[in-house]
Amino acid sequence: MPKLDLKTAGPFLALVIIFIIGILVNDAFLSSGNLSNILARSSFIGIVAIGATFVITAGGIDLSVGSMAAFISGCMILLMNALMDSVDSMIAIILLAILASLGIGAVAGLINGLLTTKAKIEAFIVTLGTMGIYRSLITYMADGGTLSLNFTIGDVYSEVYYGVLLGLPYPVWVFLAVAVIGYVLLNMTVFGRHCFAVGSNERVAKYSAIHVDRVKTATYMLQGICVAIATIIYVPRLGSASGQTGILWELEAIAAVIIGGTVLKGGYGRIGGTVVGALILTLIGNILNLTDAVSNYLNGAVQGIIVIVAVYLQRGAWRRD
Amino acid sequence: MPENKNNKVVLSAKNLCKSFGTVEVLHGIDLDLRAGEVHAVLGENGAGKSTLVKLLSGFEQLSAGELCLGVDGEGPAPLGHWDNEIAERAGVVLIHQEFNLAEQLSVAENIFLGNEISGVFLLDKKTMRAKSLQYLQVLHSDINPDSAMQDLAVSAKQMVEIAKAQAKNARVLILDEPTAVLTQQESQVLFELVDRLLAQGVAIVFISHKLDEIEQIADVITILRDGALVGHYPAKELSKDDMARLMVGREISSLFPNIPKPSVSDEVALRVTNLTMPGNINPISFELKRGEVLGFSGLVGSGRTALMETVLGLRKAARDNTGHVEVRGEQVCFKQLSSARDKGIAYLTKDRKGSGLLLEKGLAFNFSLFSLHKISRLFIDTKQEQAAFEKAIKTFDIRMKDSSIAAGNLSGGNQQKLLLAKILEAEPSIIIIDEPTRGIDIGTKSQIYHFIAQLIASGHSLILVSSDITEVIGLSHRVAVMYHGEITGVLEGDEIEEHEIMRYATGLKNNISSQTALSQSGITNAKA
Ligand SMILES: Nc1ncnc2c1ncn2[C@@H]1O[C@H](COP(=O)(O)OP(=O)(O)OP(=O)(O)O)[C@@H](O)[C@H]1O
Ligand SMILES: [Mg+2]
Repeated sequence: MPKLDLKTAGPFLALVIIFIIGILVNDAFLSSGNLSNILARSSFIGIVAIGATFVITAGGIDLSVGSMAAFISGCMILLMNALMDSVDSMIAIILLAILASLGIGAVAGLINGLLTTKAKIEAFIVTLGTMGIYRSLITYMADGGTLSLNFTIGDVYSEVYYGVLLGLPYPVWVFLAVAVIGYVLLNMTVFGRHCFAVGSNERVAKYSAIHVDRVKTATYMLQGICVAIATIIYVPRLGSASGQTGILWELEAIAAVIIGGTVLKGGYGRIGGTVVGALILTLIGNILNLTDAVSNYLNGAVQGIIVIVAVYLQRGAWRRD
Repeated sequence: MPENKNNKVVLSAKNLCKSFGTVEVLHGIDLDLRAGEVHAVLGENGAGKSTLVKLLSGFEQLSAGELCLGVDGEGPAPLGHWDNEIAERAGVVLIHQEFNLAEQLSVAENIFLGNEISGVFLLDKKTMRAKSLQYLQVLHSDINPDSAMQDLAVSAKQMVEIAKAQAKNARVLILDEPTAVLTQQESQVLFELVDRLLAQGVAIVFISHKLDEIEQIADVITILRDGALVGHYPAKELSKDDMARLMVGREISSLFPNIPKPSVSDEVALRVTNLTMPGNINPISFELKRGEVLGFSGLVGSGRTALMETVLGLRKAARDNTGHVEVRGEQVCFKQLSSARDKGIAYLTKDRKGSGLLLEKGLAFNFSLFSLHKISRLFIDTKQEQAAFEKAIKTFDIRMKDSSIAAGNLSGGNQQKLLLAKILEAEPSIIIIDEPTRGIDIGTKSQIYHFIAQLIASGHSLILVSSDITEVIGLSHRVAVMYHGEITGVLEGDEIEEHEIMRYATGLKNNISSQTALSQSGITNAKA
């Protein structure tokens, strides 16, 4: 059934073009150090965006992901520092923090989900609210400053970000794993079908014996877990968290999803596209860094233009599916 | 019939062709519409009727051919660019088979949508509201102009569509299956309006699968088969059998098949006891036997759909509801349709566009949505899905030129067949269907009736809610009649007859002394 057409191929085509521009702009672009850096950086947004693909496909939206990431970072750091005194094994401390992170992410998603489905508040409003809450919580926890991870743990934990397997940094492998699982879940399981159905028309979904509320809540929980995973590989990178952590992640994640061809109004989502979208966004930032032609400060403007053009090109195309 | 103004050709089509992508669905249709005439267009599901009228009214662009419009008594002249805005300004108005209403707006706002009356600066809401009321009164409809569209029943929406057409001063009014969602009474009111418009010299195009209606109001009949013109006929010269034969291209043995009614077992499949619906005082009770067809008749708004959806957990029962539902003797309380489905119950909604199909999604996607649990363990078995879908296309005779289209691009009748296939794929033992054959052509209808008869013969039970009285009478072992949210009577045997049903449906008769469960009439019902 899948046919190759512009709608599917569009994002890939854009990726190739931007990649070629990169090669033309600077020789350093193709260096293996730069390429693996691009991949590692795109992992954070990419993982968050895969969660967002589920939420958006099922007709929702989650604006809270950036501040949720900051909040989870803060919790992890506080927890690990606190466990230093009582637990000897560094590995055990890190594993506990990872578990806690996943738990917090899932619960945060559950809260977003229940507020939209049970309390019937619009997702935009709910997640705008929780976005403010987590952002202010992390600022409060850091007392307006920065929370830093204990150096001894930081040393051990940094392996998670800087470690390399088969030539690729660990975060890239995590990204790949999340993408594959996301793809399978969305396209091959009953849950995935239900996401499409709910996003396409909730009423029809209800009359097709689908638990609409459960499906929607599950997508927010998936989103929360994806944010937690992204945070787990992000914390060792800097070893700190502050009120500035994860700022604008929600916009980048949603942009990656939209560039990838998922329709914002729901009912139509593609994981492969989202991965490409995340790569495109990181590539743009990277290329602007490598060239003097356009100021690095215009990164956001270029990304914005790409999103608008992508949506323009895809407009109406999904109808045929 | 007054002369001069009438019988002039107002719109004429020559050799119309239409393709979607590379697939041609209309092949060279000629058509002349005359003032003061009802021009009926007949054809099987997917024959191209809706596509034809969309071309006439500018909603779709011609692939080839020519349209000519007669202006102010002049002979028809070829048209230049033709789209639906220009068409409406020229007085060519189409009432779609699918509704074209803004769900969030009020009835009055919808009636004047794109046609708003404004004062100096602001919209003249008062006048629009008053006029809306007037248009609705012409239709004997008591719809409140202030209610939101989304709160109206399907038939009420159709009435609003018709009211909306009046606001547009049509010279050519095209009605694409307007009566599919109306009761006979409502249809008669519509025909009165049609008569009045004819007297004013309006040309009417009328599409319907109900041949009685064609016989009643058509002057000229155009028949399409598989996208091609079969011919134009004066209505007087065609009997209903002729119409059916010309549409299908072969002899049809009987318009309503003689369905065998196998005997009903004593086992109760579904029992509803003292269920109270919101806004009702009297609780409702009824029971369905294994192997039985229980028809539900009543006027629109009599609460049949509400009753079924309350039983199934799609709507909430009244707060003080003390009643209960039993499936095969086991007490249940459905909160979700999936619980009902897991007990072997399937429900066919009458709101095919709003609750039935995902119009943007593919055919197989829609088909398997209600029965995914059957074809998946960890993953969905898409091979099995495809095989089941292909089988259903044959069983239900779903016709399309290209199986990769979205469900919304199927013809109306074929959408209905797909919906029916979707819910029956779950292999339910208790089937509740609301207006199952709405928009389905006569040939396929009788196929579906036979299919239902087979299900019943093999021990399935069926609740049939339908405004099509022939269907109810022809298929049901017993008929429950509802009036104002209550069951006023349960008829069986010779009582099942149109006039008797109408007496209960209009509240003239009531044989349920409100509290007695109608199970009593069920016990004596083991008839052949
Ligand atoms: N937008 C579209 N894209 C592709 N195919 C289409 C589209 N619209 C209609 N068709 C096809 O054109 C054919 C004619 O459809 P049409 O809706 O005109 O039938 P109809 O005579 O009105 O049938 P019904 O009695 O079921 O309403 C069908 O095969 C249908 O699938
Ligand atoms: Mg049609």
